[in-house]
Amino acid sequence: MGAKHTGEAGATNETTLSLTGDREFVITRRFNAPARIVFDAWTRPELVQRWWAPKSRGVSVDSCDAEVRVGGVYRYVLRLDRGGVFAFSGTYTEVSPPSRLVYTQIFEPTAAGQQPGDLPITITVTFEERDGKTYMTSRSLCPSPAVRDAILASGMESGMRETMDQLDELAATLGERAAQ
Amino acid sequence: MVATFAALAEPNRFRIVELLRAGPRPVNDIGDRLALSQPQVSKHLRVLKEAGLVDVEPRAQQRVYELRAKPLRELHAWLERYRQLWDERFGDLDDLLEDLQTKEKRRGRKTHR
Repeated sequence: MGAKHTGEAGATNETTLSLTGDREFVITRRFNAPARIVFDAWTRPELVQRWWAPKSRGVSVDSCDAEVRVGGVYRYVLRLDRGGVFAFSGTYTEVSPPSRLVYTQIFEPTAAGQQPGDLPITITVTFEERDGKTYMTSRSLCPSPAVRDAILASGMESGMRETMDQLDELAATLGERAAQ
Repeated sequence: MVATFAALAEPNRFRIVELLRAGPRPVNDIGDRLALSQPQVSKHLRVLKEAGLVDVEPRAQQRVYELRAKPLRELHAWLERYRQLWDERFGDLDDLLEDLQTKEKRRGRKTHR
């Protein structure tokens, strides 16, 4: 149930996004690596900082700290090219390498850190290995439908212009392909 | 966008929207096809209408409901942008994973020498 959203059909490692219920969303992706390597890349701070900031959107990782154990905390600070920092932080509630991770997450829109009364989302990530490839599923459970709305809107905030350009390019490419 | 999400989150309302994709339908027809009672259908259609997802048009003795494409298109575009954000991250993660595996293989060869 819910609006399922996928990229170009037939892509090998396509990222999918779907909505379940009114306060959850699910992201899936296949990776060409065994689960233990994907788990490391997902959790070890020195590796996280190599992929967590979408460069094309004018964002880079400022600092990345994580204590990957039950009750341990993590904090990723990102910097915008046009100025300003924001962060994602949370606590690990389940750490079962290489197959499962549960952690909370709070978005800190400014350097001021968490705001009183902010409720975290709970993210459950599973890594399932088959034939040397890893099938990742990430379920984000939000405290309210409005919070889910705000998170999904973040796709629009940073560099919306660039994204629109990319969409135009994509549409043009698809058009060319259809014409061939 | 909250209204669109909330309206679609209820499974029967989602089914109604799916059904209306094929074209406008009168209320009783929607109830018959989805095995829902008249009051249930009316209740769901009211929520969908308030969310701007459907329009109603009186036709002869019937009230005919049709889908409004705009909020669905907006929702689609919205989700697509968020999906792309992750797709970009995962593109970088793919490169990192390849790098890590190459290094591991190299280390493996050294150990076996």
